[in-house]
Amino acid sequence: MNFPVMKAFRHPIPALSALWLVLVILAAILADLSPYDYDIQALSEAYRSPSAAHWLGTDEFGRDLLTRLIHGARTSLSVSVTAIAISVACGMALGAAAAWFGGWFDRAVTVTVDLTWSFPEILIALILVAIIGPGTTGTMVAIAVAYLAQFTRLTRAQILTLKGETFIEAARSLGAGNTHILTRHLLPNALAPVLVSAMLATGDAIILEATLGFFGLGAQPPVPSWGGMMSAGSALIFKAPWIIIFPGLMVAVTVVAINLAGDALVASLDIKAKLRGPI
Amino acid sequence: MSLLQLADVSVSIGQVALLDRISLSVGKGEILGLVGESGSGKSLTALAAMGLLPLIGGRITGGAVAFDGQDMAAMTEVQRRSLRGRRIGFVSQNPMTALDPVTRIGAQIDVVSRLHLGLTRAQARARTVDLLTQLRIPEAATVAEAWPHQLSGGMKQRIVIAMALAGDPDLIIADEPTTALDVTVQAQIIQILGALVRERGLALLLITHDMGVVAQLCDRVAVLYAGRLAEEGPTAPIFAAPGHPYTRALIGCIPTEGMAKGALQGIPGTVPGALAFPSGCRFHPRCPQAQALCRAEAPQGNPACHFPGGADV
Repeated sequence: MNFPVMKAFRHPIPALSALWLVLVILAAILADLSPYDYDIQALSEAYRSPSAAHWLGTDEFGRDLLTRLIHGARTSLSVSVTAIAISVACGMALGAAAAWFGGWFDRAVTVTVDLTWSFPEILIALILVAIIGPGTTGTMVAIAVAYLAQFTRLTRAQILTLKGETFIEAARSLGAGNTHILTRHLLPNALAPVLVSAMLATGDAIILEATLGFFGLGAQPPVPSWGGMMSAGSALIFKAPWIIIFPGLMVAVTVVAINLAGDALVASLDIKAKLRGPI
Repeated sequence: MSLLQLADVSVSIGQVALLDRISLSVGKGEILGLVGESGSGKSLTALAAMGLLPLIGGRITGGAVAFDGQDMAAMTEVQRRSLRGRRIGFVSQNPMTALDPVTRIGAQIDVVSRLHLGLTRAQARARTVDLLTQLRIPEAATVAEAWPHQLSGGMKQRIVIAMALAGDPDLIIADEPTTALDVTVQAQIIQILGALVRERGLALLLITHDMGVVAQLCDRVAVLYAGRLAEEGPTAPIFAAPGHPYTRALIGCIPTEGMAKGALQGIPGTVPGALAFPSGCRFHPRCPQAQALCRAEAPQGNPACHFPGGADV
C-alpha cells in the first residue's frame, strides 16, 4: 500500500497494536514450532502454575498452556479471518448486485439483510451451528453469515453513491461497458471502506468464535481454541486461575489491538480527503 | 457533409417533454457552440447526441440523431457503444469528479485506446504520453503515473480531454469544459480545444453558457432556451445582429473592456421549469418586447421570434 498507511503506524499505540498482531499471526503460522505438543497429556504435570519450564503454567491434563494458546491462535485466527473473507466476498457481490440491478432484486436483498441485521450476531451464529453441526467448518460458516448483512449494506450504499459520480458517466460516454464499469470503477472505489470495516469485524469475529468455543460448539477437543480453553478453565477458576486468565487475555488483547490498528487505518485511509484533492 | 446531425429531435423523461424539435449539425473542422442558461437543455442535447438518454431515464420522442449519415436509433446498443469513445469523444463538465480517484491517470487514458484501437499496454502508454505532451503537460510520463488527487483542476481537465482524444475520435462533445476552472486556466483549455479542431480537423460541439467563449472560438452558434432552439447560425452575423431577444440579452451579459461600473446586465427572471413552460413563445415572460401574439402562439423559424431584430419596442 502507499505511504499514508505507513504513517499511521508511526504513533506508539497503533505501532504496538500492529506489533502484537504480527506476533499473534506469526504464532499462528509457526504453531508447529511450539515448545510442547498441544495434545499430549502428562497428568503428573497437571495444574502447574507459571514457571520457567511452563511459562504460562499447565492445564488440568498437564498440557503446556503457552503451547495450547499458540495453537489456539491458529484455530481462532484461521476461523475468524476465513469467515470474514467469505463474508466480505459474498457481501460485496450481493451488495453490488443489489445496487446495480435495483428493482425487485434490490428490495429483496435489502429486506432480507435488514431482517438478519435486527438479530444479534450470536443468535444467528448459534442457529447456524445448530443446523450445520459444531466444529471449525460450522463456526466458520456461522460467523460468515452473521456478518454478511454488514458488508452487503456497506457495499450497496457505496455503489449507489458511486453510480452517480461523473467519472462513471465519463467512462460510459467513452464506450465502457457494464462489466468494465463494475469491476474497474465501482468495486475498487467501494473496496477501501469495506476492507477497513472487515478489519474491525475480524475483531468481533474472534470474540464470536471464542463464544461459540466456550459453548463447546467450536473446534472440538483436543484441538485447542481460546474459547474452548476458557470453558475448561471456568470450572477451575479458583483452583488454577491461569487456565482461564491467559486465554481470556489473549482474546481481549488481540481484539483491542485489532480495533486500535483498525482505527489508525481508518484515519490514514480518509477516503474523502483523497476525493477532494488539492485545490 | 455534417458529421453529427440532429433533425427535429424531441426528448422526454417520463411524461415530461424537455426538448422540443431541436435541429443542429456539426461538420468536420467546425466548432458549434451550444449556449443557453442552466436548465435550458444543453446537457440533455449532448446525451441525446451520444445515445445515452436511457441512463437518466430519457427517450427520444421525435426526430432523429444521425452520426456520419447513420441513424443512431437504428443501431444496436453494441454499435452505439463502439461509437462512444472511438468516434465521439466526451469531455465532461467537472474535471474534479470526472476521473476515477483510485486509478492512476495513465491507466485511465490507456484503457480507452486499448479498448477502441486494440493497442497493447505498451503501445497505449506510448500513445497516452504522446497525447499528454500534445496537450502541453510537462513531464507527461511522470504525470501518467500520478493519482487524480495530485493534479490541479486545469491539469485534470487536460487529462479528461486526453481521455476523449485517446480513441482518435472525429467528434468531440465538450459539456461546459471550462465552467469549473479558474479564468486563466479557462483560456488555456479553450485554446487547446481550438487548436485540436484546426490541427486534426475534428468536429467540436461545445456546450457553454459563456457567450465570450462562443465569440472567441465557435464557427456557428445555437442558442437554446427552455428546450427550444431560439436561434442558430454562423457566429459573426449573429453577434453583429442578433435576431432573437434572448440572444441579444445573452450578448448583453458579456462584460467588455471600458464598461461603466454597474453597466453589466443580467436577464431578469429565470429559465422556467419543464413542468411549467409558458404558453406561446417560452421566452415571453422575460422578454422586454413581448406582445400579445407572443403569449398566444409559439414562433417558428430561425430566429424563433415573432419580431426578429427587435423592430421597435
